[in-house]
Amino acid sequence: MAKQVYYEDVTEGMELPQLVKHPMPRQLVQWAGATGDYNEFHYNETFAKVRSNLPGIIVHGALVCQFVRQMVSDWVGDEGTLKKLNVSYRGMNFPEQDCICKGKVVKKQVQGDDHLVELEVWSENPKGEKTTPGTAVAILPSRAKK
Amino acid sequence: MAQQQKESVITPEMKKWIGVEGPPTIYEVEKGAIRKFCIAVGDTNPLYLDEEYAKKTKYGGIIAPLGFFGTPVSSGAFGQQPYEVSLKRVLNGGTEYEYIKPVRPGDTIISTRKITDFQERDGRLGRTLYTSSETIYRNQRGEVVAIGRGTTINY
Repeated sequence: MAKQVYYEDVTEGMELPQLVKHPMPRQLVQWAGATGDYNEFHYNETFAKVRSNLPGIIVHGALVCQFVRQMVSDWVGDEGTLKKLNVSYRGMNFPEQDCICKGKVVKKQVQGDDHLVELEVWSENPKGEKTTPGTAVAILPSRAKK
Repeated sequence: MAQQQKESVITPEMKKWIGVEGPPTIYEVEKGAIRKFCIAVGDTNPLYLDEEYAKKTKYGGIIAPLGFFGTPVSSGAFGQQPYEVSLKRVLNGGTEYEYIKPVRPGDTIISTRKITDFQERDGRLGRTLYTSSETIYRNQRGEVVAIGRGTTINY
């Protein structure tokens, strides 16, 4: 695991380490099995094109949401806590392409005992389009409290 | 010139369901199911997978990643509707999770969902219906562990 990040280490505008995923159709099938979302346009090309009027099979929005969640969880570490994650599915991610998860710190503030950071998070497709923009709130450990 | 109004896809029958809590869904959180979920995401964080490792953390044991509340996962977006929607194609519009307490293997998660709003627009996919819903997840002790908010798109 990466080194634990502390509230004091964080500055507004700071970028989170990005997480690059490259989901293959196999991973979409694994996700379908793990979650019970068997919507066919995630693994049946003909169904996606003919029935759903899509360019091809698409990555589950909820899976992209988990990619973004993983990026934030990895960053906050075991001592941090992810409190809130919000994403909108604005664009589609297609399998066999990079899905790049990015984030940056928008605001940091102490609220009661909690050292909070507000983040802007999103995923990008290879064209650089934000497919899944969102926000997150996390509590980070503080060196002062140690 | 007055534009001809298209007929609304939001029927009076649908509107009756706003704010009505649906029947509870019960999920058991199994360690194996958490593992399958993490493998599908490609997330190998030992906090979700390795009991020995997780014991040494502030959680004292394995927890489920945010967004996992047992299988099958209820995303809050594709729940069964008690009403007919004329637009049959469905997409997930967005999700918000508020994480209140950790979800652990062995927990029983009881979730209840209600529709909070309907909106319609003419978009890129033609006439589009946005259904907002809220799902409350409680554990076997009745504690709220998370709140999920989702938007379902019909087109």
